[in-house]
Amino acid sequence: MADLSTNFIGIKSPNPFWLASAPPTDKAYNVERAYEAGWGGVVWKTLGEAGPPVVNVNGPRYGAIWGPDRRLLGLNNIELITDRDLETNLREMTEVKKRWPDRALIASIMVPCEEKSWRDILPRIEDTGADGIELNFGCPHGMSERGMGAAVGQVPEYIQMVTEWCKQYGKLPVIVKLTPNITDIRYPARAANKGGADAVSLINTISSIVSVDLDSFSPNPSIDGRGSHGGYCGPAVKPIALNMVAEIARDAETRGLPISGIGGVNTWRDAAEFIALGCGTVQVCTAAMTYGFKIVQEMIEGLSNYMDEKGFETIEDFRGMAVPNVTDWQYLNLNYITKAKIDQDLCIKCGRCHIACEDTSHQAITSLVDGVRHFEVMDDECVGCNLCVNVCPVENCISMVPMATGETDPRTGKTVQSDYANWTMHPNNPMATEAAE
Amino acid sequence: MTSTLESGDVRAGRLSSAEYAENFSDLHPPLDRHEALVEADRCYFCYDAPCMNACPTSIDIPLFIRQIQAGNPVGAAKTIFDQNILGGMCARVCPTETLCEEVCVREVAEGKPVKIGELQRHATDTYMARNLPHPFTRAASTGRKIAVVGAGPAGLSCAHRLARYGHDVVILEAREKPGGLNEYGIASYKSTNDFAQREVEWLMQIGGIEIRLGQKLGDDFEIEDLVKDYDAVFVGIGLPSAYALDIPGSDLPGVESAIDFISRLRQTEDKSTLPVGQDVVVVGGGMTAVDAAMQSKLLGARTVSLVYRRGREQMPASRYEQDLAAANGIHLIFNAMPSRINGANAVESMTFDYTTSEGGKLRATGETFEVPADQILVAIGQWMDADTGNLQASGSKTLERSAANKSPAPYNKVWVGGDCAYGGEDLTVTAVEDGKIAAESIHASLAG
Repeated sequence: MADLSTNFIGIKSPNPFWLASAPPTDKAYNVERAYEAGWGGVVWKTLGEAGPPVVNVNGPRYGAIWGPDRRLLGLNNIELITDRDLETNLREMTEVKKRWPDRALIASIMVPCEEKSWRDILPRIEDTGADGIELNFGCPHGMSERGMGAAVGQVPEYIQMVTEWCKQYGKLPVIVKLTPNITDIRYPARAANKGGADAVSLINTISSIVSVDLDSFSPNPSIDGRGSHGGYCGPAVKPIALNMVAEIARDAETRGLPISGIGGVNTWRDAAEFIALGCGTVQVCTAAMTYGFKIVQEMIEGLSNYMDEKGFETIEDFRGMAVPNVTDWQYLNLNYITKAKIDQDLCIKCGRCHIACEDTSHQAITSLVDGVRHFEVMDDECVGCNLCVNVCPVENCISMVPMATGETDPRTGKTVQSDYANWTMHPNNPMATEAAE
Repeated sequence: MTSTLESGDVRAGRLSSAEYAENFSDLHPPLDRHEALVEADRCYFCYDAPCMNACPTSIDIPLFIRQIQAGNPVGAAKTIFDQNILGGMCARVCPTETLCEEVCVREVAEGKPVKIGELQRHATDTYMARNLPHPFTRAASTGRKIAVVGAGPAGLSCAHRLARYGHDVVILEAREKPGGLNEYGIASYKSTNDFAQREVEWLMQIGGIEIRLGQKLGDDFEIEDLVKDYDAVFVGIGLPSAYALDIPGSDLPGVESAIDFISRLRQTEDKSTLPVGQDVVVVGGGMTAVDAAMQSKLLGARTVSLVYRRGREQMPASRYEQDLAAANGIHLIFNAMPSRINGANAVESMTFDYTTSEGGKLRATGETFEVPADQILVAIGQWMDADTGNLQASGSKTLERSAANKSPAPYNKVWVGGDCAYGGEDLTVTAVEDGKIAAESIHASLAG
């Protein structure tokens, strides 16, 4: 059986599944239940300064979008950092870490962007026995208006500055949690790296209005008829998170910077994808908030089974294996030519491929052949776009088949070339360079 | 054929009141909102959808299901009513397993079609329950008067479509209530809570339709009267009379036509007053036979045998209906035809010949068997049994659907549809379509 244990910037955990800093990790009761269920680590819900804690709204905090059968696809929240006082949190963290020494316990922190605030809190955290700290530069609502959270995360200079304080005044490994609410994720990541961060974690939630009530005309969740933007998470955000993780993993400046992946991890497969893009651990919140802590059992078993099937003994055996395959569009091979092929035995004749292609794409799929309902790709029209594959309700019914070298593409009349040729070499590109010999 | 309610061991009150209530409740309880949304999500919104092509009334099924899925059941209902004003009843009685659901791509893919009929019911019930304004408005009056003979599905559909166009419609109905088979011929568990009458009342909201009850063609009026007094006539009188068995003993007390049995059942509020045999035999193979067998069982008969002269594959009732009957403990016997009914003063048993089919012709094999019976319900077909004057008929049983085109004046003002028209399926939904097509044709002819 595969070894799922991880050593992430010196923080050890029996598996890479951590609970993200969020409501599920707000207090000892929840965290201990999570450890009992099998979670490898927990990032305690974000701590604020000593003194009166923040207050949350007393109306609804969450909104959602759903797929079929009310399967939750996206969740948004307007909850703030912990609304319990600092002393209580620190005491509970200390007790929990003592009882669960083999599990990772990370303290998430958000204090004002002043040197003293950070200098004061860091020793308090160290006293709990926590394994590391995560700087919450991501929270997009409530705290950002007070100059914290995403307000810091959106200014690379602040990220670097605060990270440097934490490295200067603290002993614990520093994870900088990044907000996706920026234009280019590489800039805050580079800033964290320059500040000496041991790792970054991403993504935090995405600014969102999840829906509008069409009777009251209030955004949801509605607080007395009004709403404000919240932070969006859950399965719907995974593609955004994967891209941002990949951008950091392959950036010249941040390549090799450890990453804890966050955003829509719902099953072992999602976790494996984050790991393949270089993440050392993954953090989960929405899936646990939807189904409870037990889901980690499926994640552990699924990941272990996948690794056994693939012959990977440790997480490190496949971590980052997809990174070299992420490239820019201009380097994609334009000599790679595919045609859609419909498996007529699997086809249930719903016709969605036809109408999608006919109405919105390339008019390359029949609907009738010899007067009979029949869906077949016309190779002389098919550009290989993959839309039919994506709209087909039957898995593996339509596949994209690459053309072999030397064949003639009936659409263009050109012979399929064996060599790699991308846009940078293409004659239509005014800035094309000669292909290297 | 004698219609004696109680004979031998044919008696009422076999069950407790709770059992009657349970047995005659909805066969399929209506989908609630969540169930409907989950089911609607299963629809693939097919291109040129097979279900839509299979629907005799061409309801835009993918569209109405998407409307349900998008939280707009009222719009879904309008989509349905636009093609089929009796969409509520059709949602209950259509053999969807041989129509839309049979060709659903999910039936092909996984043997589980989208529950189109139940979704249609969800939409139409939602619409009617909300007491919304009628979904159609009547055009300005044309001053044209049209007579519709028969207030069954064909006549009601025709009348409604004509009324929408602003024509004035008078429906002449022989029985004491409108609805035709919807009121008198459908199994109780398919149409509960007086739905047939509520649907007629709802349909009448269009305005411009008058129903005259107790007006029987041949007794109270003739087609000739109508062609004189009206601009056009639609005949949709169905096939009100049942064929009788012509074998020894068929006049014994306890032998009855299945349609009379069902009609009485439909018109009786308190099912515990309905007599039923201890051992019931139903002869026939159509939906009426299955409905009669099912309801005999539900009324408390100990054994119910459904005997059909040909094989299972030839049985007009769908496999779904057959399975429903079997699941309710009805004994299905194939390849057997009635030879005689035995009994001194009332039915005691029935003897059948086993049959074999040679080149499509049935032949008795010489082997016989006897089934104990104190009640025999005959469902071997129906005929028109009405004086239709000079209207062209196919044999003596049904009218030519295209009568209006072929008949000499003044009968060229007469349109025909529903079960009394020759050919086609004998379904509520096909009758609705007949009425709709006839109305369009009448409207076009009056405009021209």
